[in-house]
Amino acid sequence: MTPALRRGLFLVGIAGFLAFYLWGLTRLPGFGRYPGPYGFVINRIAVGETNATGVVSAVNFEYRGFDTVGEEFILFAAATGVATVLRHLRDEQEGGGSETVFGEPSSGTTDAVRLASLVFVGPVALFGWFLASHAQTSPSGGFQGGVVLATAFVLIYLAGQFLSFRRISPADLTDSVGSVGAAGFAAIGLTAVVLGFAYLYNFLPLGTVPGAVSSSGTIALISFFVGIEVAAAFILIVGELVEQTLLIRTAGRQS
Amino acid sequence: MTPAVPGALAAAAPLAAVTPYTVQPALMETLQVLLLILVAAGATVVALTRVPVRQAVALSAYGLLLAVLFLAFQAPDVTLSELVVGAVALPVLLLLALARVRRREK
Repeated sequence: MTPALRRGLFLVGIAGFLAFYLWGLTRLPGFGRYPGPYGFVINRIAVGETNATGVVSAVNFEYRGFDTVGEEFILFAAATGVATVLRHLRDEQEGGGSETVFGEPSSGTTDAVRLASLVFVGPVALFGWFLASHAQTSPSGGFQGGVVLATAFVLIYLAGQFLSFRRISPADLTDSVGSVGAAGFAAIGLTAVVLGFAYLYNFLPLGTVPGAVSSSGTIALISFFVGIEVAAAFILIVGELVEQTLLIRTAGRQS
Repeated sequence: MTPAVPGALAAAAPLAAVTPYTVQPALMETLQVLLLILVAAGATVVALTRVPVRQAVALSAYGLLLAVLFLAFQAPDVTLSELVVGAVALPVLLLLALARVRRREK
């Protein structure tokens, strides 16, 4: 393919794309105008039906909970895949030793970073837990809370405590916690089926006060399971990557 | 529109009462437009940064900008997600992957 032909093809393609794009723009609803009835219906009935004032969580974990199960397992499969690939690579390096890497001594972390990381570990862990456990009351949820919780573990690593990072989050345990989180979500749905309701039906008592932490039935419980699953998945990926980097550094130093 | 559940509206009404719309709409729109421009500029900066490590840091700053944008568009849930994933998790993963690739190259 000559450059001229390639450029011609590109121009035809971009012209077609631009035409469709502009045509699509003309049919968009006005800025800030929401056309569908679904959002208005949900806004009116969600609090009364679920006792959850965090309506976004009510939608995520209840009205379209089945979608969220799918998303949850996408993340779970992705984390498992990354961990599997990285562990496979690590075994090769440990076994063969063919890849000699001249690692430089760890560039080291400055005291400022160590101190800041240590100071923030506690508050960040608490905040993550708060987010994961308050999906039903305010803008938060298991996904956000889980990642924040995992960030607390990353801070421990940043503080230069890789051994602590591994001791409080051993790979096997992290795997198991992640599995419990993913399976817990699916199990809540199946429990509803066993009790004779639809999959993921909110079968727990909803409480009496909208917005109370103990209200909203399965929404709070699902958020909890999502939280530990997401935290475990993220810790797993970071842990594998960190371990690889350290391993190669150590290997380089020995040679 | 009649509510599907009569009791639901009564339960939701006090909530609306305690969160009045206090910001001037014009002011809010100015803020939104300003943030949209900033986000566009931020995305350009990320795309034009050629050094991967710097790009990861720029991406983190861009994630922070996006989070503020979502907040201005009244989506606090998405703000939180963008903050933890776009500004923290994704750059951290990129930096770790870069560190690993760099070790291997040497």
